[in-house]
Amino acid sequence: MCLGIPCLVVEVPDKQWAVIEAGGIRRKIGIHLVGDVAPGEYVMVHAGYAVEKLDLAEAEERIKLWEELLRFESAGKAE
Amino acid sequence: MKVLERLNDMELGQRMLKWVREKAARAADRLGRPAVLMEVCGTHTTAISRSGLRGLLKGLVELRSGPGCPVCVTAAGDIETMIGLSRLPGVTVATFGDMLRVPGRDSSLERERAAGARIKIVYSPADAVELARDNPGTEVVFLGVGFETTAPLVALSMKQARDTGLKNFTVYSVHKIMPPALRSLLDRGDINVDGLILPGHVCAVTGSKAFKFIGENYGIPAAVTGFTLVDIIDSVNALLDKILLKDSETSNNYRWVVKQEGNVEARRVLEECFYTGAAAWRGLGIIADSGLLIREELSAYDARIKFGLEVSVSAEPAGCRCGELLRGSILPTDCGLFGRKCTPALPVGPCMVSSEGACAAYYRYERREVAK
Ligand code: SF4
Repeated sequence: MCLGIPCLVVEVPDKQWAVIEAGGIRRKIGIHLVGDVAPGEYVMVHAGYAVEKLDLAEAEERIKLWEELLRFESAGKAE
Repeated sequence: MKVLERLNDMELGQRMLKWVREKAARAADRLGRPAVLMEVCGTHTTAISRSGLRGLLKGLVELRSGPGCPVCVTAAGDIETMIGLSRLPGVTVATFGDMLRVPGRDSSLERERAAGARIKIVYSPADAVELARDNPGTEVVFLGVGFETTAPLVALSMKQARDTGLKNFTVYSVHKIMPPALRSLLDRGDINVDGLILPGHVCAVTGSKAFKFIGENYGIPAAVTGFTLVDIIDSVNALLDKILLKDSETSNNYRWVVKQEGNVEARRVLEECFYTGAAAWRGLGIIADSGLLIREELSAYDARIKFGLEVSVSAEPAGCRCGELLRGSILPTDCGLFGRKCTPALPVGPCMVSSEGACAAYYRYERREVAK
């Protein structure tokens, strides 16, 4: 029910609604809760509204941390 | 590979899991049993079942579901009221699809629809507002089911209706909020939980601070958790760390979406349109301040007032153990009806109906596992 879908913002015609794209489908969603968004940004969409902007750099950072941890660990084991 | 895909990368997930399993073995050793981690979000229920994580951690970590599916926790009495609403002349009920097949005492919205009631499935409350606008001759009632993630959007739909002078749109709000339910669950003390997997998109609204009390008052660690494979394993790892260190802090492991303070605007809209009052939960009973009721200023959009609805108390289906399941005290497979008398095609209780219900998730993804 609280399912959120990461979507790319493609158009922002006004302050309340934007057009997003996910899986090749475009849809109008409400952006009332996330302030200014610009085309090219990603938002989490739930039931037709953006509930938060996505910080993909943060996600990338988390993955990088794990990669380092796992590399370090397997190197430790190999010794 | 794009970062969103990386977050669901099986190969990375498997390597992470290897690391986590070692840690989980240490925690299980320490506890003398597998660590019990509970999620309280239907989307987690499904994600965990689908990924096979429960099986992969078997014997080391027990992943349980709590009261996280909004359809499932909707009280039997509210279901009767919704069915009653659909029978009113001139009313069109607009609802998320998952509500349709929830069995009531002797009917369901689906059956009412087959018998001629006007019931429309919508994807967004905004679609229900549009439906009302396009059909001025009918009263559109939106069934407001959902937690903190969904309620602000329903609040926006009422504001939209008000701002455009719509007179034929109302909401039947059975919205609920999560912190009082967790308090009630933990106060009962009939389950042993070593860590809580917190609902990421509820937290996107409330902020992680709304759940700090879990560590502070109950000494149980908790982690705000996303829904990708990497997110879930990352949180399980964090919770195991905390268990091993005897640390009960609530951490935010979903920072790419959830801000510490949550979504301030969403909370403002919630506050503007709803106030909290007692609400009945399936399985948990009546919990003070856990329901979102529509404020008087918006009473023109409150279906309870417009149609003078009274909420009846109704018994839960005979033999159905959804209540215990939602309290985390049994697994779906402990219910004698599971997979026999109760299947997604012929569900007895809501936990088998909703795609996010634990019984439905087990039936769909883990039945073979169970049969082994
Ligand atoms: S298997 Fe069916 S009857 Fe049993 S608890 Fe789940 S929904 Fe209820």
